Amino acid sequence: MAPARDRRTGFSRRRQYGVFVGYVLAVAGAAVGAALLVMSTFNPPAFSAARMGIAGVTTPVSSGLAWAVGGIAAIPEAIGQYFFVKQENIALRRERDQTRALLMRARVIAYDNRRLRSLLHVRDRIADPVVSARLVSSSASSGRRFALLNAGRWSGVGQGMAVRGPDGLVGRVIETGPNAARVMLLTDVDSIVPIRRTRDGLPAIAVGRGDGMIDVRSVNATNVRFKAGDLFVTSGVGGLYSPGIPVARVMQAGADSVMARTFAHPDTLDFAVVERSFMSVPPPRPIAAQPDARP
Amino acid sequence: MSTRNSVDYKPFEPKVAGGRARAIPWLTVMAGSLITIVPIVATIPILPPFGFVMLLAWRLLARYALRPWAAAPLGLFDDLLSGQPLGSAVLLWSLAFVVIDMIEQRLVFRDFWQDWLIASGGIACCALGGRFLAVRVGTHVDTVLLAQIVITMMLFPLAARIVAMIERRRAQE
Repeated sequence: MAPARDRRTGFSRRRQYGVFVGYVLAVAGAAVGAALLVMSTFNPPAFSAARMGIAGVTTPVSSGLAWAVGGIAAIPEAIGQYFFVKQENIALRRERDQTRALLMRARVIAYDNRRLRSLLHVRDRIADPVVSARLVSSSASSGRRFALLNAGRWSGVGQGMAVRGPDGLVGRVIETGPNAARVMLLTDVDSIVPIRRTRDGLPAIAVGRGDGMIDVRSVNATNVRFKAGDLFVTSGVGGLYSPGIPVARVMQAGADSVMARTFAHPDTLDFAVVERSFMSVPPPRPIAAQPDARP
Repeated sequence: MSTRNSVDYKPFEPKVAGGRARAIPWLTVMAGSLITIVPIVATIPILPPFGFVMLLAWRLLARYALRPWAAAPLGLFDDLLSGQPLGSAVLLWSLAFVVIDMIEQRLVFRDFWQDWLIASGGIACCALGGRFLAVRVGTHVDTVLLAQIVITMMLFPLAARIVAMIERRRAQE
């Protein structure tokens, strides 16, 4: 490539100043970037309006693309189903017969449970769903794990609401736009969810690792043994997530901090349900009246 | 319009790029940044930062296509889409432009392999910088990050082909 000698500007003052200003602006761009970075580090939601403004445009595009890709992918699946419908029918009939007894027992247990709970006067807070929507795209080129939901403030989605899929907890809403919301997935490194073990109610926290897995760490106890296959559900502590949503299964036995796989696989997810916060966020602390304030 | 055969033909007259030709490099870099809108919900950082690759290709192969200050606004657009903390691409892309300028003062005659080498260095530095700006040190993203860096480096020839194709069309206009 030929040498680029645009710093030799000749005698034209206009051209000299133009080149000089160009380089000053280039360095100023880096300085502005550093300033923006400091601002967004100390106040992460500072630029959410701009981000969600762009997300409001890209989300319908992503939704359309997802619809098209899903439609094309469904064609071979439909053909396969057409050929195997008889075998599938037989298998489903067998499965129905097997589960009938189990279903009866579960009904009895559920009835007992309801009766005993009413005896104990347990007041359940039932998280009511706000909207069900699709996760359409994600921050797939970044180390952070965010996904975009194609429903926003117009559908009633608000900051801090829990998002769950059919299999378990997906994450929570951190920014909302008019028709899109940014969801922080469980696997994000800043995501911390209070959980408990289904077996004995052992409290723990689920912390994202950034590589698609989560770490399950025990709280307020040391030398806690985790077995492979231990199941964890949300405990409801903190009031953000309603209790009892499946979160993760431990992969390898260990003590105090073990790796676990989430139940919800966002990459195979089609629909997600947004739920209102289990307990509402407390109002901001009232500002004390200034002593010199005049009435 | 002076054709090649007329008396008015000036072969060394600098071609002034029109508005559309000026906008095309910007648009291609922004289109590269828009790679994050593809409908997948990834659990690991697997998509390459294609906007940055396009930016490097324009900077290294067609030096005057983008202004020296173009990295900052393009980085801002990328930050709004990528999920990185806002300002990281503004900073890193601007620094990449400044560093490439300094390299260019010393290494004036370059071939494609040297361009690729410079681009690879830029990609690795910006990916690592972005990782430390976005995510704490102790997290487990480094293996995937290495894979992402290698994939991104391999994409530079593709970006170079795209830039060369557009440049050829632009020169004909």
